[in-house]
Formats: sequence, C-alpha cells, structure tokens
Amino acid sequence: MSAKVEGANGTRPEAVVVHDLHKTFGDLEVLKGVSMTAREGDVVTMIGASGSGKSTFLRCINFLEMPTQGKITVTGEEIALKRAHDGDLHPSDRKQLERIRTRLGMVFQSFNLWQHMNVMQNVTEAPVHVLGLSKAEATERAEALLNKVGLYEKRDVYPAFLSGGQQQRAAIARALAMNPRVMLFDEPTSALDPELVGEVLKVIRDLAEEGRTMILVTHEMKFARGVSSHVIYLHKGVIEEEGPPAQVFGSPKSERCRQFVSNSH
Amino acid sequence: MVWDWLFTYWPQLLYGLWITLVLLVLSMVLGMLLAVPIGLVQVTGPWWLKYPARGFTTFIRGTPLLIQLWLMYYGLGQIFPMIPGLRHSFMWPVLREGFFYAVLAFTLSTAGYEGEVMRGAFLGVPRGELEAARAIGMSPFQVLRRVWLPRALRLVLPTLNGETILQLKSTPLAYTVTVMDLMGATSMIRQDTYRIYEPLIFIAVIYMFITFVITKGFSYLERQVPVKR
Amino acid sequence: MLRRGTDLGFRMSAWLAKALVLLSWGPAGYGDELFYGALRTIEISVLAYFLGLTIGALGATGKLYGPKWLKELLHGYTTLVRAVPELVLLLLLYYAGTDVVNTMLGGFGKGPIEVNGLAAAVGVLGFVQGAYSTEVIRAAILAIPHGQMEAARAFGMGGPLMARRIILPAMLPFAMPGLANLWLIVTKDSALVSVVGGIAELSLVTKQAAGVTKQYLLLYLVTAFIYLAITLFSNRIFNWLENMTRRGQRKLT
Repeated sequence: MSAKVEGANGTRPEAVVVHDLHKTFGDLEVLKGVSMTAREGDVVTMIGASGSGKSTFLRCINFLEMPTQGKITVTGEEIALKRAHDGDLHPSDRKQLERIRTRLGMVFQSFNLWQHMNVMQNVTEAPVHVLGLSKAEATERAEALLNKVGLYEKRDVYPAFLSGGQQQRAAIARALAMNPRVMLFDEPTSALDPELVGEVLKVIRDLAEEGRTMILVTHEMKFARGVSSHVIYLHKGVIEEEGPPAQVFGSPKSERCRQFVSNSH
Repeated sequence: MVWDWLFTYWPQLLYGLWITLVLLVLSMVLGMLLAVPIGLVQVTGPWWLKYPARGFTTFIRGTPLLIQLWLMYYGLGQIFPMIPGLRHSFMWPVLREGFFYAVLAFTLSTAGYEGEVMRGAFLGVPRGELEAARAIGMSPFQVLRRVWLPRALRLVLPTLNGETILQLKSTPLAYTVTVMDLMGATSMIRQDTYRIYEPLIFIAVIYMFITFVITKGFSYLERQVPVKR
Repeated sequence: MLRRGTDLGFRMSAWLAKALVLLSWGPAGYGDELFYGALRTIEISVLAYFLGLTIGALGATGKLYGPKWLKELLHGYTTLVRAVPELVLLLLLYYAGTDVVNTMLGGFGKGPIEVNGLAAAVGVLGFVQGAYSTEVIRAAILAIPHGQMEAARAFGMGGPLMARRIILPAMLPFAMPGLANLWLIVTKDSALVSVVGGIAELSLVTKQAAGVTKQYLLLYLVTAFIYLAITLFSNRIFNWLENMTRRGQRKLT
C-alpha cells in the first residue's frame, strides 16, 4: 500500500461509491441502507456472520443482484437505474451496465470458470469478445497473468481437471485480464479445502501490495487484518463498525463486533 | 367445421377406440414379457443368447416401425401360405387378418425398446444386493425371482408411462394394414364424408385424452409403490 | 426324398438369382431406385432435423425467458405434439398446410398448386421434431450451472454474446444425447411420409417396388437394413460429436 496515487487536494479519486443501499428478498430486508466509498488503491474488506448481507452487498455493486434502493457510482460514473416490475431497481442503460462491468473484475466463491473452455480460453474470452482485443494481444496478456498466478503450465487444461486452488487462481487471472479498475472478491476461499486456501490468499495479497483497488468479502480474519486499508463489519444488513483494521480488530467500539472478531480465529 | 357425421359414425369410432386400446394393451403386455428375458440374457446370458438378443434390439431400434409392420404383414403374409397345411389349420383365419400382424409387429417393437431398457435396469441393480441374496443361500433362480427382477422392474416403472404413450402413438400405423382402429375408422369416415379435418381433429383430441388417462393411471400406480424421491 | 431336396435347392438358387436381378442397378432392377430413395430419406431427415433444431432453440428460449402468453403457447405446442400420434399430425398438417398455402395464393389471385412434396414432408416432420427439440434444449439450458452465466454477465457480456459463447457450448454436453436420439427418431419418422406419398423416399419407393414385383419379404428386408445402416452410421458420428462436446468434462468411472 505504498504507491498510492494522490489526488491534487491530497485525496485519491473515488473508485466505487455506494450510497444508502437497500435490498429486500420478499419480506426479508437483507441490506438496510449500507454506504461505502472505496478510493483508488483502497482494499475494503467486508466481514460479518453468514446472512449479514455482505455477499449481497458485493453482488449489488455489479448488478448480479438488483438493489431495492440506493445509488452506485463506479469510477465517477453513476449507473442509471429505473424501477422494474419486481420492485427492484434495474439498470436502465444496458450498454452502460456492460461497460461498467468490464471495469469491475469479479472473483466468485465457486470460481465459475467456463467449463467448456481451457484455462487460456477462459482468460482470453472476455478481452477478445467484450473488449475487442486481438487474439494475439489477449493471449500475450493472458500468458503474463497466468505466469503471475503460477498457472502458465496449466494453460491448456480444462477447469474440471484442476484443484480448487488452481481454479480460483485461474479465475483471478481471468478477472485481471480485463484490466479492471476495481477487483471484487466474493468469499474467494470459502469453497476451498483448507490446505489450498494459502495459495489463493498469497495471490490476493500480491495484488493488494501492487496497489490494486479491491473490495473483498471474506471469513479469513487474519488475512483481512493484514491486507485491508478499511474494514466494514456488517450485522443484519447494517454497518455495525467500520474503520482501519487496527481499530476494528483491535479496539472495536461495538460489543458485537468485538465478540465476532474474537470468536473467528 | 361440420360435426354431424359423428351421429352416423359413432359406433365405428367406438369400435375403433376399442381396437386401439386392445392393440396397445396386448402389445405392451406381451412386449414387456419378452423384454425381460431379452434384457436379462444381454446382461448374464451365454454368448449364443446374448448376441442374438443384442442384434434383435439393434434391428428393432434401428428401423422404422412402419417397415417392420409391412415386413410382417406383406413379407410373412407371403411366406405363410407356402407352409404346407397352414392354410387349412385353425390358425388361418387369424393369419389372414391385419390385426394379427399389427399385434405381432407392435409386440416385437415394444420387446426391442423395452429389452434395452430392461438391460439397463438389470445392470442398475446394485451388485451388493445380489451378493447379499446369494450370501443368505438363495439359488441363482431365487435371486432373480426374489431380488433382481423385482428391483429391476421398480427401476423401470417410472419410464413405463412415457413408453406406453409412445406405443399408443404408434398404434395408428395399424390402419395401413387394414386394421379398423381409431385411425382406420377415421380414414373410412373421411372417405365417406369428404370431411378432411374434422375426423382427424376429433381423434387427435381422443388420443390426447387417452394420453391424459394413461398418465393419471401410472401416477396412481407409482404412488402405490414406495420409492425414495 | 432326393427329388424333393434337389427341387428345394433349385428353388432357392432360382430365388437368389431373382433377388440379384431385383436389386441390380438399371431398368431391370430396383437397386438405383432404392439408393436414390435412401438419399431422399436422408435429405428429408437432415432438413427436418435442422428445422426442428431451429424451432427447438427458439422454443426453448421462449419457454425459459419469454413473456407469459408465449410460454403458454409453447406449452400447448409441446403438449399437443407429445400426445397426438405423428401419423395424425402428419395428415392434419399436410392437408392444413396445403390449404393455407393455396388460400394465400388465392389471395394473390393465383390458382391452387400442388404443394412440393419435399417441403411438405420437411415442414411436418420439422414441426414435430421442434416440440421434442424444445424440451431437450430447455432441459439442457436448465442443467447449466448458474455460475457459468453469472460469470459471463459479470464480465460485461450482453445477451447475444453470452448465448453464443457461453450458453450454447455449455448446454451441448447436456443436450447431445437427446439430440442424437431425435436424429434417429426423424430418420425413422420420415418413413411415415410414405403414407401421404408425394415424395419418393425410401419407404414409398419400396412400397411401390414391392407392389410391382410382389417380392415383399425381400424388398422390405433390404429396406429395413438400409435404415439400420443409416442408424448405425449416425451412431458413430454422434458418439464422436458427443466426445467433442465433452472435452472439458471429467470421465465418469
């Protein structure tokens, strides 16, 4: 977190701003007005018990889940929304949504690598067909990224033949290949066997140290403490505690947050 | 649309429905009876039973039922009179009827398709259950009768509804060999009345209704057999 | 006894000679007619199959993502086709299709025409295939793990791109067995066209040849084996295709 771009007035530009986000599933209000700002170079980590709404929050940022209320701005561009029949807000401009999504690199809990493509094809698919890169350019970029995540030797292998850790590293390379402005990680190690968690966390830590902007949902408390610039503790759809990791983990104001961080080691 | 012909021809249609149902039930029952040994010998039989059974199912499943039917009706119908004595036997009145060949062809067809299904079902019974039956001292025949066959049939039961409907949908082919089933009756009405659509639409609805009844019947049957869902 | 034996031998060799003549190429035999009939059968089947696939792809899309009225319409279509015998549908659609075409021509001030036998056969068989294809493709799309599509959306893919690059290749391994089966069904169902007539496919050619020569057993057997050969050859191709679409999957052991 050394090389951070400073803005003219001493603050870094805002990468993702979420304002007053609400999400309701049927009668259940999962998010009750959550706001967050991630500036360039920030690593914002969301923690909280299962069902606290942290994954839903992350999935609302790139509209895999439609918010019921709220405002989302990505790299200075506010996403135009309109109310749909289901009562949720949907992006009104499909082109804008697709453009915004290319700026947000998503890494899923269950990897979601495309099963009918090998690793290389997975990494080059969106750069070629969404960004319009040439095949040669995309391949070059992909080779560099696969080297970085230590999967260059596996480039011709299909996902089903990789371990979970390898699949998740390939998925991270796939997201990076879009040159995203912000990386979103949705519990990237929760589906992994314990012995495979380390290799994935190492790749994420390297990205943080490069100064990448990231929003991360995780259960790995020690990792969150080490890597984050800002930690948000969600409880039942509201922010119960937030601040620098030292504060949230070290001296939280909320009693519930104190119990949560001391219980999850 | 003109429907007054229904008043004149309902007895023919009713009789046709009866023939259709008889064709369906006879060919399903006889076909299933044949399918069990055909499936079984492909799984455990000696080569001289296994290969003919496999050849039979391949032939049946690889050729149109219409051709099989015509092969029986015209082909066998041509051979039978050459067999000495058959012409004067009590079988002859039966052998002259298209109905006989339709039942024969549909039965063999069911036997071929269901033989393949039974083969899969016999293979699908966990080996451990058969070993358990042998371990408590059952003879091979007892294992088959008490464990293997009942288990295999239970595996087949959920597919029977679909197979019966497919068989029902094949029965109108019989009218091409002069059988007066629903389709045969319809064909006659169409020739008599020059109505092109109405009789066909009428039996289309009848077939849909029979399909509906068959589906209801099988779901009732399935509820009688305890299965883990 | 001896006399009877030679008599039987004589009759068999005479029958064999007659069979060879009957199946020979040229005006004396029906070899060429059967061959071209088989080609016609394949032509009808291929065209009807692809028509069915097109209907199926559209039907599945409509059934999954379409508005309510379209879903209900498609439900009616697949229910009808699956419950009514192919032969009844064939006759209904054949006459209805001819009528509709002629009414349309009448509207343009043209007289009635004889509907092209090939077009009628392909149209009717394709309509029936379409219903089954709709169900096969719909089930295959539903079998795709949800995350595959979610990842595509997260990477900024729009609907058509996602359909082409992700949904289509991802559903194929699930659809292939069903689609292979539909091909086998259409080659066999094409024989039904001979009941209506109008196009010289294998079954009609055989029926006519058998009617002329009275060699029913021989001709129907030969034709049965031609169909069988088509089936067995198709199986090979589909096995190869299935392996192609399964590249990314682990083999089940």
